[in-house]
Amino acid sequence: MNKFVVQNLNFYYGKFRALSGVTLTIPDRQITALIGPSGCGKSTFLRCLNRMNDTISGTRVEGKVLLEGQDIYERRVNVTDLRRRVGMVFQRPNPFPQSVYDNVAFGPRALGTVRKSQLDDIVEESLRGAGLWEEVKDHLNQDALSFSLGQQQRLCIARAIAVKPEVILMDEPCSALDPIETLQIEELMQKLKVNYCIVIVTHSMQQAARVSEWTGFFWLGELVEFDSTAKIFTNPSQPLTENYITGRAG
Amino acid sequence: MGTRFIVQRVGFVMLSLIALAVVVPILVIVGVIVVRGIGAISWEFLTTMPHDGMKAGGILPTIVGTLVLTFGTAVAAIPVGVGGAIYLSEYARDTLFTRAIRLAIVNLAGIPSVVYGLFGLGLFVLFLHFGTSILAGSLTLAIMTLPVIISTSEEALRAVPTEYRTVIASLGGTRWQGIHYIVLPQALPGIITGVILGLLRAAGETAPILFTVSAFFLPRLPHSPFDRTMALPYHLYVISTQVPGMPHEIQYGTALVLLALVLSMNLVATLIRGYFRRRRPW
Repeated sequence: MNKFVVQNLNFYYGKFRALSGVTLTIPDRQITALIGPSGCGKSTFLRCLNRMNDTISGTRVEGKVLLEGQDIYERRVNVTDLRRRVGMVFQRPNPFPQSVYDNVAFGPRALGTVRKSQLDDIVEESLRGAGLWEEVKDHLNQDALSFSLGQQQRLCIARAIAVKPEVILMDEPCSALDPIETLQIEELMQKLKVNYCIVIVTHSMQQAARVSEWTGFFWLGELVEFDSTAKIFTNPSQPLTENYITGRAG
Repeated sequence: MGTRFIVQRVGFVMLSLIALAVVVPILVIVGVIVVRGIGAISWEFLTTMPHDGMKAGGILPTIVGTLVLTFGTAVAAIPVGVGGAIYLSEYARDTLFTRAIRLAIVNLAGIPSVVYGLFGLGLFVLFLHFGTSILAGSLTLAIMTLPVIISTSEEALRAVPTEYRTVIASLGGTRWQGIHYIVLPQALPGIITGVILGLLRAAGETAPILFTVSAFFLPRLPHSPFDRTMALPYHLYVISTQVPGMPHEIQYGTALVLLALVLSMNLVATLIRGYFRRRRPW
């Protein structure tokens, strides 16, 4: 089952073409990793999947991004609802300066859930889903910023899954974390992929190799190769990919 | 001892003297007013009407007048000012139109207060037929206060990290929900400080109320928004320059009350800001 089908996607920041002719298919309930050097367009591509680039002025998109067959760049698409379906976790843990509870409850409240008992359930379920419940269940009213960065990042994941998205986009979610915290996030991703389509941008090739089923290699705004992770890391078909993963380029 | 240490010494002494030169006049002003005015302060002075051509009795109507005017200013200026700031910071794109608005706000802040007074006289008192009234005075003061409220509130809103707005969008929240639940609460201390500073200026102004609301001598409390009223700053001007043979103690006592009123509002603003700042992450 495919979640996203991207056809011939071009993306421009003003006159600069950041993505050219990207075509790929992202499967549901698996992890797809995007690798490549800084500035190669992988984060830009990720942000095309929930139209977060719309918030930057002077940008332009060409081509198609189909989410379950529906082009998300069509005029009648409700962007707010699209972003509810396609959640996002950012590079730096960025909980709101509020309590743990309020952080997780923000999304459901914004969507209209007001009953305390319902919110309590969603908060617990989401924190359990993010593997954080046991650590914070007695501190739900404590300021989110008083927790460790790894806990904050898992809180951000809990906050994202609280609105019951179908996809979770992760933009270098571990680059601010230490190795143990990174491992916790990676283990969490394995649990989450049972229910969600996950797309992760990462600078760490080891991380891509460890966590993902599919890997895409970006270079200068183009998708050089997209294949199963096993194939990319053992027998890539493009010389550029091989040079990059073996450390001879990039 | 090397030259660089002497330079350091001399520089330090000079900066201390400059700091002293700033602080001393304030202390002297406050000191003189307190020493010479404290004798006039009594329960009777604060709670009774003036009589004998204002040379005796209290200043109650002027205190009430100033409080009522400040309240009216707040009611008119806060929603418009904070609303305008939200628009400029959160919704408006950077166009020629919004640049013109910003330019207008900056310039409004520099207009002498007597010009606001004349504007209020023309618009509210005469053209809109509000007459010389609390309504006209409050609205005039509100217009004078708006630039301060708008620019400080906008600054406070902009200080909230953009990241939060991005996260809110990524959670499927609307822009207004983000403002309501995250941005506005975070900006609140800055906004409150700006509002109080603006209102402080309004409370102490004489010129804008001169033509729009102030009564020279009206020894009763106002009945309605269309009533005139006495007010502290204008009263101070009157008893200092317009009434021959005014006892100095009453003049200084009135100044002391005005000073105390304004300083206590300032103190409240500082406390509120301090309270919220402790809970702010950046």
